[in-house]
Amino acid sequence: MASAKPSAGSRPVSPHLQIYSPLVNMMMSIVHRITGGALYFGTLLLAFYLVSAASGPEAFAYASWLFSTPIGLLILFGYTWVLLHHMLGGVRHMIWDTGRGFDLATVDKLCWGSLVGSISLTILVWAIAILL
Amino acid sequence: MTTTLRPTPSPNEAQIRTPLARVRGLGSAKDGTEHFWRQRVTAVANLFLVIFAVILVLRLVGADYAEVRETLSGPFVTVALTMLILSGVIHMRLGMQTIIEDYIHSEGLKVVLLMLNTFFAIAVGATCLVAVLQLAFGS
Repeated sequence: MASAKPSAGSRPVSPHLQIYSPLVNMMMSIVHRITGGALYFGTLLLAFYLVSAASGPEAFAYASWLFSTPIGLLILFGYTWVLLHHMLGGVRHMIWDTGRGFDLATVDKLCWGSLVGSISLTILVWAIAILL
Repeated sequence: MTTTLRPTPSPNEAQIRTPLARVRGLGSAKDGTEHFWRQRVTAVANLFLVIFAVILVLRLVGADYAEVRETLSGPFVTVALTMLILSGVIHMRLGMQTIIEDYIHSEGLKVVLLMLNTFFAIAVGATCLVAVLQLAFGS
């Protein structure tokens, strides 16, 4: 393992990402990791919101204004989807952790389900937010 | 550690690991399934806590500062947010650790990033916690 320098051409190379057509399970796996990474830094938004609320009315008004700008709303909308998608992806992985749902038809269903579910839930959450 | 191989290991049974190592089941990283298990435990916790948080945020839509303060200072909300913050930062630290270990192959940079990962998780967690406690107990 110490000298794992790939010398291209001399040895056969395992097929990598660029050779596969993008299947839904592969895409959802990648997106799960990306959304996880986004949520990692997204906690800064939660910290910002909580600190501004704890700091007083002026700070809170500023944070509220920031979140109500078009860019702020776009970030919050994206945050909502990222959070819900990672959440449903996590549920999918919990199902797989039990050893169930590994036949191809179920894998596809679970992956499409998490995508469709996260988009639907995001729209539902925002519809409730707007109607409230 | 002295290696005590059995006298005549069959090809299938031949192992470099000692019986003690096999019983402990900690593997080469010495923490066994702890990472996997903590990730799952916090994931289950996060599932419920995030649903709570989404409902909480929806309840706060359009609320003025006094209402937000009042809602966020309730004991139930304080406890739930505290648990969400703790479970969340543990979960995200484990996740980012995996990402770093997967993609960063330079040993020095990896160690630095793993440290920064822990610092970031604790800093965000502490900041959120203090804010939540300030909301609960501050004037």
